[in-house]
Amino acid sequence: MSHKADFIAGKKGLLNGETRATIDHWTAKFPPEHKRSALIQGLLAAQEQNGGWVSKDMIEAVADYLDLPPVWAYEVASFYSMIDQKPVGKHKVNICTNISCWLNGAEDLVSHVENKLGIRLGETTEDERITLVVEEECLAACCGAPMMVVDGHYHENLDTDKIDEILDGLD
Amino acid sequence: MSTQPEKAVEMVNIEIDGRAMEVPKNSMIIEATDKAGISIPRFCYHEKLSISANCRMCLVDIEKSPKPMPACATPVMEGMKVYTQSRRAIDAQHGVMEFLLINHPLDCPICDQGGECELQDLAMGYGRSVSRFSERKRVVKDHNIGSLVQTDLTRCIQCTRCVRFMDEIAGTNELGLMGRGDRMEIGTCLSQGVDSELSGNVIDLCPVGALTNKPFRFSARAWELIARPSLAVHDGVGSNLWYHTRSGSVMRAVPRDCESANETWLTDRDRYSHFGLNSEDRLLEPMVKVDGRWASVTWDEGIKAASRALRETVTAHGGASLGVLMSPSVSTEEYFLAQRMARGLDCPNIDHRLREQDFSDDAARRQAPAFQSPMAAIDDRDAILLVGSNIRHEAPILGQRVRKAWRKGASVAALNPVDWNFHFSLANKIISAPQNMVGELAAIARAVATATGKEIPASLQAALVGIQPDESHKAIADMLNGGSNGMLILGQVAMAHHQASWLRQLSRWIAEASGVVLNMVTNGGNTTGAALAGALPGQGVGGSEAEQGLNVREMLATPARTFLLWDIEPEFDMANPAMAKAALATAETVVAVSSYASDNLKACADVLLPLAPLAESEGRYYAYDGQSFDVERSARAAGQSKPGWRILRRLGAELELDGFSQVDISGVLEELRAGIGDEGSTLAEAELAAPGSGDDLHRVGEVAMYSADALCRRSEYLQQTVHADNAFVGLSPDDAGRKGLVEGSDVKVSQGEGRVILPVRIFNELPAGAVWVKSATSVSNELGDSFGPINVEAA
Repeated sequence: MSHKADFIAGKKGLLNGETRATIDHWTAKFPPEHKRSALIQGLLAAQEQNGGWVSKDMIEAVADYLDLPPVWAYEVASFYSMIDQKPVGKHKVNICTNISCWLNGAEDLVSHVENKLGIRLGETTEDERITLVVEEECLAACCGAPMMVVDGHYHENLDTDKIDEILDGLD
Repeated sequence: MSTQPEKAVEMVNIEIDGRAMEVPKNSMIIEATDKAGISIPRFCYHEKLSISANCRMCLVDIEKSPKPMPACATPVMEGMKVYTQSRRAIDAQHGVMEFLLINHPLDCPICDQGGECELQDLAMGYGRSVSRFSERKRVVKDHNIGSLVQTDLTRCIQCTRCVRFMDEIAGTNELGLMGRGDRMEIGTCLSQGVDSELSGNVIDLCPVGALTNKPFRFSARAWELIARPSLAVHDGVGSNLWYHTRSGSVMRAVPRDCESANETWLTDRDRYSHFGLNSEDRLLEPMVKVDGRWASVTWDEGIKAASRALRETVTAHGGASLGVLMSPSVSTEEYFLAQRMARGLDCPNIDHRLREQDFSDDAARRQAPAFQSPMAAIDDRDAILLVGSNIRHEAPILGQRVRKAWRKGASVAALNPVDWNFHFSLANKIISAPQNMVGELAAIARAVATATGKEIPASLQAALVGIQPDESHKAIADMLNGGSNGMLILGQVAMAHHQASWLRQLSRWIAEASGVVLNMVTNGGNTTGAALAGALPGQGVGGSEAEQGLNVREMLATPARTFLLWDIEPEFDMANPAMAKAALATAETVVAVSSYASDNLKACADVLLPLAPLAESEGRYYAYDGQSFDVERSARAAGQSKPGWRILRRLGAELELDGFSQVDISGVLEELRAGIGDEGSTLAEAELAAPGSGDDLHRVGEVAMYSADALCRRSEYLQQTVHADNAFVGLSPDDAGRKGLVEGSDVKVSQGEGRVILPVRIFNELPAGAVWVKSATSVSNELGDSFGPINVEAA
C-alpha cells in the first residue's frame, strides 16, 4: 500500500549502522508486510543517534529505510511525547505529574526545578544541558510517587533535596 | 492463482426499527440501513473507504448491548435488533454532535461549504440551539497544499475521510493525522503539497468546509447553482459529472456517480478543466482572413466562405486534394456528419488519430470499442500487463482501477520506456528505451510461446529474429498465463509509438495465446465514437468499407491543398507539430472550426468558425469499453459559438450535399445508429515490415497530463500544479554521463528542423537511449515526432 515518495529517496543514508541494526531487530519481530509496526522503535533509534531529537530529515530517513510513506512517520513522531521534533538538551528530565505523583506533591517539585534551572516545562537551559519535558503523563511507577525519569532512568520517592542531588550530578 | 469458486453469501436475519430484513453476514449495520433507506447520521463512514468509526455520529441502540454502538463498525448478527430512533440512540447522537461542535467555528456565513455541509445539515437535526461550551475554541493553522484544494483546518472534525482516500484510493499517502487529542490535526509532510491526480475528491469527501474547491472559492453559493449532467472528455473513461451553473455559466464540476465508469470519483483534470472555458483567446465569432487581416463576419458569411473554400478545391483538384482532421474528443454526431460531408465531396481523407504515428496495420484494425472488456472489469483482474502506459496520467480513473485490482491481490507488470511512479507495485517490470520496446515485447511473446506451447504466427517472425527471452520476460509470460482472468493494456504511449503496429500485433497474439483480454487506451475522449461513425480513412459508418484515403500522417506528409481542422490546435494536438505546421503553411486554404483562436491557428487558418465545447454543446460519447453517454447542453454558448453538428449541418446544406436536413441532434443520432451494426471490435493479423533497429537516442513524448487538450491547457489552476512542470529534457544517468551533461544545464534538443533549448534533468527512471521530452507543451511544440529519433547536445 505504500507509495514511492520521491522527495525522501536516499535519505536513509543518514542512519548509522547502529540505528539500522536496531530497526532491523524490530522489523524482524513483525510480519514483513507490517513494517509500519517498527516505526516507533525506528524513530526512537533515530532520536538516540541524533542527540535526543528527530529532525525532518531523520523522520524521513526512517520512513525511507522502512520503505513507508513519510507521512506515516510524521504521524507517529507527532503523536508520541517521547519523540521530540525540536532540539533538546543533553539530558531529558521528565517529572511525572499524573494522579499519584500529583497527590504526592509533584507540582511543588516542578516549580522547584523550574526555579532552580530558570526554565519552564518544555524548555531547555541556556547551556543546553537539561530539557524539562512538558506535562509528562503516568510513567507507571506510582508505588514510588513522586517520581521522575532522567534519560531513561527512574528516580522514585523524590523530594527537593534528592532532585537537587540528581540534577547537580548531571554532567 | 487458480480460479476460486464463488462463495455463496451467507445471510442473517436482523430487525431494524421493527423491520425484519435479511442481510449478508459480517456486513455492517449501516450497510443494511442504507440499503433499506433508513437514515443514520454519519461523518466518517464512506462506502468506498475503509471503516474508521472515529466520528461516533452513527451510534445506534442495539438490544442487549450495554451501550450505544457505531452502526458503521458493528457487524450484523443473527437475531440482532437495532433501534435507530430510540431515546438512547438519539441521546447518544445529540451528545456526539455537541462534542463535534465544541471546536467547530461558527463561520458558516463565510464558509464555502455553507448550504451543502453535512455538519450544518446534521446540526439542524441533532444539535442544540445554544452552545454550552464557553471556553476558547481551538484554531489550526492552514497549509497551502496546492492550487486546487483550499484548507481551512480549524473547521476539521477529524473524520479522516481525506486521509483514508489518499491512502486507499489515490494511493499517495499525502495526508496524515498529526498530533493527538485536542491538538490532532490533518497535515501533510512538512511543507509538501498534495499532488495526486485525484486530489480534488477530498473536497467532496470532506463533510465540513475544511477542504474546499480553491479556484471556486467565494464565487457562488450552493443554492444559486443549477446542476446539469455532463461528461468529461479528456480521456475515454466517460467520467460522469455535474456542471454546476449559474446564469448559464459553469461555476464548478463535481462527480456524478457512475459505477461502470468513474464510480464516485472525478480526476483533477476533469474537475478543474472548465476554468479554461472562458480563456482570453476563446473564439467568439466567425472570422475570415481577407488580404492577411482577420475580419469578423456573420455566420452566413462564415459558412459561405468555408463551403466556397472546400468546393473550389474539390472542383479544381478533386476530393483527394482535401484533408479533414478532427479532434479525437468531439461528439459522435460531429464525426458522423463530418465523414458524410467529406465523402459527399469525394474526399476519402479523414482521420482523428492525431497523436498516432504508425498506421501500418490499419487494414486489420476495426476498433470500436477500444476495450475488449468493460472498464469495471479491471477491478477483478488477477494479472495485468501494461505495455507503453503511464496509466495514472493517461486516464487516472483507469489507473485507480488497476490499483484497486492490485490491492485485491492482482499481479501487475509493465513494459515501459520510463519507470513511472505508479500507485501500485510492479511484480515485474521491463524498462526499455522506445526503440527497443518491440524487441522486449517480442521476447515476452517468445516466452509465452514456450509457456503455452503455442506457435507464433509467421506474420510476427520478422520481429523475433535474434530475440531470446530472459527471466523477466518469462516471469511476465508466466504471470499472464497463470492468471485466470488477465488483461493486457496497451497505453497511449504504445498507441503513439513509432512502431505501434508491431506493439499491437505482438500484444494481440500474446493476449490471444495467454487467454487474456486486450484493451487499448486510445488517445482522446471519444475515439470509439469516431471509429463507429467512420471518421477514419477507408472505414465508413460502423466499420463498413469505404474508399481508401490518407491517414493523418500521409495527409501531412503530402500536404492536401485544403485542410478542414476540427477542434485542433496543430502545434499541440498532433504527433508531429513541426510537420503539421509545415503542411498547414503550404496548404492553399485552411478552414478551422475551433473553440479557441490561438495565434498559431490564426497564422495558418483562412476561415475560423467558433465551436461550442461540450459543456456548451450536446452529443453522444462512447467510452473506451463502448458504453455510450448522451450529453445535453449545460451552459450557454459563449459568443456566437455553435454546437459542432449544427455547423456541419449548415456547411453540408451550403455545399448542397444530401443528408444534411436534420432539425435536431436526435435526427443525426438516428441516422448514425441505423449504420452501426454489432460487428464488435477486431484486430486482425497483419503483415508488417521488419521493425528497424534503434538509433542512438529516441524521444519518449508522452502527452503531459494537463496538456491533453485545448480546454485543460487553458485551465490556469491545472497549469499551476506540479504536473504542469514539463519544461525539461529527461536523460538517463548513462546518457547524461556519456554526453557530459549535468543536472540543470541547458541543452539543445533537436528533431529535424525543430530545435529548442531545455534544462537537463537526470532520472534513474529512464533507460539509456531514452530522452524524455513530453508532448503537447509549449516548450516541445517546435519539435517533431513524439516518438522518434532525437538529438541532444550541449547548448
